[in-house]
Amino acid sequence: MENKLYVSPSPHIHGGDSISKNMYGVLIALIPAFLVSLYFFGLGALIVTVTSVVSCLVFEYLIQKFLMKKEATLYDGSAILTGVLLAFNLPSNLPVWIIVIGALAAIGIGKMSFGGLGNNIFNPALVGRVFLLISFPAQMTTWPVTGELPMTYTDAQTGATVLSLMNEGITQLPSYGNMLLGNMGGSLGEVSAVALILGLIYMLWKKIITWHIPVSILATVFVFTGIMYLVNPLQYANPFVHLLSGGLLLGSIFMATDYVTSPMSKNGMLVYGVGIGILTTVIRLFGSYPEGMSFAILIMNAFTPLINSYIKPKHFGGK
Amino acid sequence: MLRTFRIGGIHPPENKLSAGKKITTLAAPKQVIIPLGQHIGAPAVAVVKKGDTVKVGTLLAKAGGFVSANIHSSVSGKVNKIDNALDASGYRRPAIYIDVEGDDWEESIDRNETLVKDCKLSSKEIVDKIAAAGVVGLGGATFPTQVKLTPPPGNKAEIVIINAVECEPYLTSDHSLMMEKGEQILVGVTLLMKAVNVSKAIIGIENNKPDAIAHLQKLAANFNGIEIMPLKVQYPQGGEKQLIDAVIRRQVKSGALPISAGAVVQNVGTAYAVYEAVQKNKPLFERVVTVTGKGVANPSNLLVRIGTPIQELINAAGGIPENTGKIIGGGPMMGKALISAEVPVTKGSSGVLIMNKEESVRKPMRDCIRCAKCVSVCPMGLNPTLLMNSTEFTNWELAEKNYITDCIECGSCSYTCPANRPLLDYIRLGKGKVMGIIRARKS
Repeated sequence: MENKLYVSPSPHIHGGDSISKNMYGVLIALIPAFLVSLYFFGLGALIVTVTSVVSCLVFEYLIQKFLMKKEATLYDGSAILTGVLLAFNLPSNLPVWIIVIGALAAIGIGKMSFGGLGNNIFNPALVGRVFLLISFPAQMTTWPVTGELPMTYTDAQTGATVLSLMNEGITQLPSYGNMLLGNMGGSLGEVSAVALILGLIYMLWKKIITWHIPVSILATVFVFTGIMYLVNPLQYANPFVHLLSGGLLLGSIFMATDYVTSPMSKNGMLVYGVGIGILTTVIRLFGSYPEGMSFAILIMNAFTPLINSYIKPKHFGGK
Repeated sequence: MLRTFRIGGIHPPENKLSAGKKITTLAAPKQVIIPLGQHIGAPAVAVVKKGDTVKVGTLLAKAGGFVSANIHSSVSGKVNKIDNALDASGYRRPAIYIDVEGDDWEESIDRNETLVKDCKLSSKEIVDKIAAAGVVGLGGATFPTQVKLTPPPGNKAEIVIINAVECEPYLTSDHSLMMEKGEQILVGVTLLMKAVNVSKAIIGIENNKPDAIAHLQKLAANFNGIEIMPLKVQYPQGGEKQLIDAVIRRQVKSGALPISAGAVVQNVGTAYAVYEAVQKNKPLFERVVTVTGKGVANPSNLLVRIGTPIQELINAAGGIPENTGKIIGGGPMMGKALISAEVPVTKGSSGVLIMNKEESVRKPMRDCIRCAKCVSVCPMGLNPTLLMNSTEFTNWELAEKNYITDCIECGSCSYTCPANRPLLDYIRLGKGKVMGIIRARKS
């Protein structure tokens, strides 16, 4: 037996990349934003994140084991990532039972009903978030005010976000410094621009994602809101406020770049990014919701198969 | 900034374990097995029969068509039989078995080591001599060289590009040849230029071989029209279309021949074989083969007679290591896993790579997560995961529309895939099917 040789077609070596390496890479990139949210939202941020991750893992395990009857793939990090991203899109005072429902929607409806990782059309974490936003609009739009390591949870004092202030026509906004650091109301992972951009740099460095999607979204929002600001600065906020507020950075860096639900060619990614940028701005400026990122991404997720079949990679020797 | 090709590419660990090792000559074995099909195209037709006595360099088989090549004996001795023999792909195909007796060379071969620089032959005479000597592309594709030097009507060669990139990990046979036979190679390049009537040649070398670049640059000062171009290390730069893109910034159109971009590409080993064929009347019956692998005691560059069983080469490099899982004919990216070490060295054998059991086993496959890394690395600008799916679901129309026939089978997609999907296995299958469909449609 020991003289037998393995025979397989080429290539005979593999680069060593794996699904779990990519998933844990994204999780590492989320650490700065998590630390900032722990500082500003304290205990609440911790409870929401842990609840979300644990329930995503439990639902993933139960569904794979008992409904799909196949080997559970908890170790690949994808369920943990969905859990963290769902938590990052929730207010830090959200009751545990609502989070569990969100996790069930994310994993059960968003991911497993399509066949699991790789087969889903919509970003699972966003499916969970939007499910909760529509089902529990009051709880989903009261955000705790920031503190210094506050030990409050559902009893936290609440305030408004930058976008909801603007939606109500209030012009008294937090300073740029506070918006960059994350000292403002909002979902727990979206507040700190600096931390999110650190994550982006890490992912670009590790080649987990390319620049195409985040840059095209941010540039589109900047240009679109910039034009509107020039047209009527009294009615529309300046483009820097738009870049730093709401879920724009979290969405464009971590949610829109989800491998499974974004286009495959570089040009396709640009089209997808510009689409998300336009939709987000339209919803923010003209819609009744103050925030449009989640909807914009989900809508463009639906267009991804279409983008993939019409926009091909640059073919060698092609026109 | 060093140049490289402009679409896709990867950079696997180079592992050039045998770099800097001098070429050592391996003595002829007791018996050689010389296959009749060592090149792309029709197999050669045997002109000897059982019991015939042959010398080193005697013609054994004549080209069996336009795209085919002559085959010569690498040893002196008696033809034992003409019978099927195991080849690198695992098939049994006709080969000539010769029992070795002594080492008696054909008198026409000039065995003197002195460099012969001048050549008074016309281009046609050069091409004829190359054809007579059975020279084929030694980079691995084994396309008969005289065919490449005879551009189809309507095409005009503008430049000769010499492929000296040796982008496959582990392999160093071309590198060692450049260090030891630099002048002969440059004469060979001059002959190739003369054969296709061009005044310019560029030798592309990846910059992980700075000694070869410096050495050839120094020698090239004495030759007209030969430029040495260092290239950024990037796999698969040795692909013909990739090399043309890197060196002269022209992209050969889908389905077109390199000559349509004005380029004639030849491997550096082929240039050496051309020198020997034209200036020394020496047919192609031996070549440099790298024997390597992490467990190999003495990774080496060996000058080997065609037809020598791979086992002999492994013995010369310190024997087969314990825990051997795979023996590969060629490099790790495009080489073939052999089913036995009895397979003989052929004209296309650039290396023998031995991998241990752990390296040999593939990891289990997961569902595609559409990360598009295969799309990013594909040097032909294809969508490998789409091509794999269209093959899996036998949608040949979709595969053809997405240029499956352009795949050069470099393996960058499978190498990169984080879900360990066997992309190239499927694409290779689909490519074969689609090419068959296209042929059937044409006829």
